[in-house]
Amino acid sequence: MAVEVESSPRTHWWNDERIRAILVQVLVVGLFAGFIWFIVDNTAINMEKRGLKAGFGFMDDIAGFQPTSPGFNITNFDVNISTHSEVFFLGLVNTLMIAAVGIVLATIVGFVFGVMRLSDNILIKFVAAVYVEGTRNIPLLLQILAWYLGVILAVFPAVRKSWDWGEVIFFNNRYIAFPSPIPQSGFWIFMASVAIAIVAVVFLRRWAHQRQDATGQQFPVFWASVAILIGLPTVVWFITGQPLAWDVPELKGFNYRGGGQLPASFLGMLFALTFYTGAFIAENVRAGIQSVSHGQTEAAYAVGLRPGTTTRLIIIPQALRVIVPPVTSQYLNLTKNSSLAIAIGYPDLVNIFTGISLNQTGNAVEIILMTMLVYLTISLLISAYMNWYNKRVALVER
Amino acid sequence: MKYLKHLTAAAAVALLSTAAGAATLDDVKSKGVLDCGVTTGLAGFAAPDDSGKWQGFDVDFCRAVSAAVFGNPDKVKYTPTTGKTRFTALQSGEVDLLARNTTWTFSRDVDLGFEFVGVNYYDGQGFMVRKDLGVKSATELDGATVCIQTGTTTELNLADYFRANNMSFSPVVIETNAEARANYEKGACDVYTTDRSGLAATRVVLPDPGAHVVLPEIISKEPLGPLVRHGDNQWGDIARWTLNALVTAEELGVTQANVDSMKSSKNPEVRRLLGSEGSLGEMLGLSKDWGYHVIKSVGNYSEIYERHIGANTPLGLARGVNALWTSGGILYSPPFR
Repeated sequence: MAVEVESSPRTHWWNDERIRAILVQVLVVGLFAGFIWFIVDNTAINMEKRGLKAGFGFMDDIAGFQPTSPGFNITNFDVNISTHSEVFFLGLVNTLMIAAVGIVLATIVGFVFGVMRLSDNILIKFVAAVYVEGTRNIPLLLQILAWYLGVILAVFPAVRKSWDWGEVIFFNNRYIAFPSPIPQSGFWIFMASVAIAIVAVVFLRRWAHQRQDATGQQFPVFWASVAILIGLPTVVWFITGQPLAWDVPELKGFNYRGGGQLPASFLGMLFALTFYTGAFIAENVRAGIQSVSHGQTEAAYAVGLRPGTTTRLIIIPQALRVIVPPVTSQYLNLTKNSSLAIAIGYPDLVNIFTGISLNQTGNAVEIILMTMLVYLTISLLISAYMNWYNKRVALVER
Repeated sequence: MKYLKHLTAAAAVALLSTAAGAATLDDVKSKGVLDCGVTTGLAGFAAPDDSGKWQGFDVDFCRAVSAAVFGNPDKVKYTPTTGKTRFTALQSGEVDLLARNTTWTFSRDVDLGFEFVGVNYYDGQGFMVRKDLGVKSATELDGATVCIQTGTTTELNLADYFRANNMSFSPVVIETNAEARANYEKGACDVYTTDRSGLAATRVVLPDPGAHVVLPEIISKEPLGPLVRHGDNQWGDIARWTLNALVTAEELGVTQANVDSMKSSKNPEVRRLLGSEGSLGEMLGLSKDWGYHVIKSVGNYSEIYERHIGANTPLGLARGVNALWTSGGILYSPPFR
C-alpha cells in the first residue's frame, strides 16, 4: 500500500509540494524579518531626524524624584542618590508584590465562590451567582476606581481619626500602619526552630503515609502537624526570652511614623484585582468540578469514603485537570492588569518607570521596550510554572 | 495574500507618518486644520465649556495661530493630553503645536527635541493646604502626604525642595488633575502641589474654596509657554511671532474692538503689525494681514488674560509679573520691524 511520493520526471521542481512549502515559509519569514527591519530602521531614522538620542545611559542618572512614601519602600529607594535603574527595580518589586498577593487571594476567592455556586443551598448559590456575574461583567478600571474612591477614600477615616486595633495597627484612608519587627539577639534560634518544625512535619507525613500503606492504620497527621508547628516555636520563643521587638507606628505631625505601611492604593488594587479575577477563577473551578462525573462520587461512597475525603482525594484531583489551564490565563491577566495601578497612584512599574522616568528622561522607545520585556518575562515564567504543575496533575494514562 | 496586503498597508501607514516631519506649515495648510495639544481640562487655561467648545487662555493661543495661518480662529482640532502623553504627542507629529501650560526647561528644549516659542505665563510652583491644618509656611510640611500630577517638573521641584530643607514627604502620584483633586478633597493627601496658576484653577472648583489656602512660598520658576518640534524653523517662527503679536498689540493699544480702525493708524509699528505696510507676513509665509486676523479673532494678550484667568474671573489671578514691562511686569516682545 506504499504510495510513491517521488516526483515524476515530467513535473517541474516548483510544482513539488515539499519544495513549495519550504519556499513559502522562506518567503514569509523573509517578509516578516523585512517588516521588523523596516520598523526598527524607520524608528531610528525618525528619532535621529527629531534629534532624539537612543541608548540606556539615562538609567545611571539620578532620578531626583520620590516615587514612593517612606513607609512603603521595600527596596530602600533614597531620593538623594537613587538612579532610574533603581526606579525600575522598585517598580518591578511593587508589581511582583501586587501580582503575587493578588494571585494567592484570587485563587482562594475563586475556589470558595466556585464551590458555592454548586451548593444545594439556594441562598448560597444565589449570592455566588450575583458575585460572579456582577464582577465579571464590569470593566476592571471602573472596579478599581470604585474600590479606591468609593470604598477606601469614602469609608475609611482621615489620618487624625484613624481606627486603631489595639493601638498598634491603624487604619485610615491613606494606609494601614502596622508595627514592623526588629529582630533581637537570639532571633535566629527562633527561626531555626520554625525550620526544624517544618522539616519534622514533612517527615511525619511521610512516616504516616508509609505506615498506612503497610498496616492500614491512620494517624491524625493534620492535628499532629499543627501541634508541632505551633508548639515547638512557642516553647523556643519563651526560652530565648521573646527575641523580637516591635517598631510601633505613632502619629507625629501629618502622618504615622515608624513601622510599616500598606498604602490605600495597594489595598484598592488588591481588592479590585482579587475580586475581578476571582470571579473568572470561580467559573473555571465550577466547570472543573462539574466535569467530574457523578459516578465518581458514588463509587467513592460505595467504598466507604467520607464526603470530605471524597472531595479531597477523588473530585479535586480530577477537576484540577480541567481547572489549571484556564486558571493560568487568569493569573497572567491579573499580572498584566496590575498595570492599571496608575489610575489610583500605586507605584508599580508602569506608574513610576514607564510614567515618571519616561517623562523626565524622554527615552520613550527604550523604556517602553524594557517594560514590555518585563511583562513578557513575568508572564512566560508564570506560564512555565503552571505548565509544569499541569503536567503533574494531568491524567496519567497507562 | 491577505498577509501581504496587511504588510503593504502597515508600510504605507509608516511611510505617511515619516512624511509628516517636513514643513509643518504646508502640512497644516493641506490638512486645513491645526492640531493643537491642550490639557485634559484645567479651568481657565483649557477646558470644554457647557456646549463642548474648548475655552481658555491656552486655547486662545491655538486660535490665534489658526487665525494667523487660515485667517479663521476656528480651524483647530484640540487634542487633550496628560502631563505624561503631551511630549510624545508632539514628537510623533500627532499635534502641530502644544499649548498646555508647559514649563520651559533646558532638557525639554535641548534633549527632548522641542523648541519653546516664548513664555505666555510666568508661573512658580506652590502648595495648597486645608486652612484647618493651621500651616502657615511650606517649611512646616515635614512628613506630609503630597498629591502630585505625574509627568511634570513639579515632581522634581518638590523632591528638591524637601531635600534642601531636610524634610521628608509621601507622594501620591496621580495621572490627571481631576483625580489628584479627588484625592486631595477626600483627605488622602495633606498638600496639593502644582504651579500656582493651576492651584488657583483647582481651588475654585473645590466645594468650599474658602477652606483652602495657597501657601506663600514659590519654590520654583515655571515659565509656561507654547512649544513646537525642533527643526522646523519656519513653523517655530510663526508660533513665536503670533505670541509676540499678542503682547505687542497690548503694548500698542490695539484691541479686538479697535483693530479695524487701527489698520489705518499713523503709528508705523501698528501698521507693520496689522499688515497695512511692509511685508512681515510674507516673510513668515503667511498672508500680509495675518496680525490683523490674530487680533481681530482673539484680542491682545491683556484681553485674553482678563477673559479667562484675570481678576474678574473665578480664578482671579492678578497680572503680577505677567504685566507688560512698561507697567512693572516682565512681559516684553521684540519689535516688529
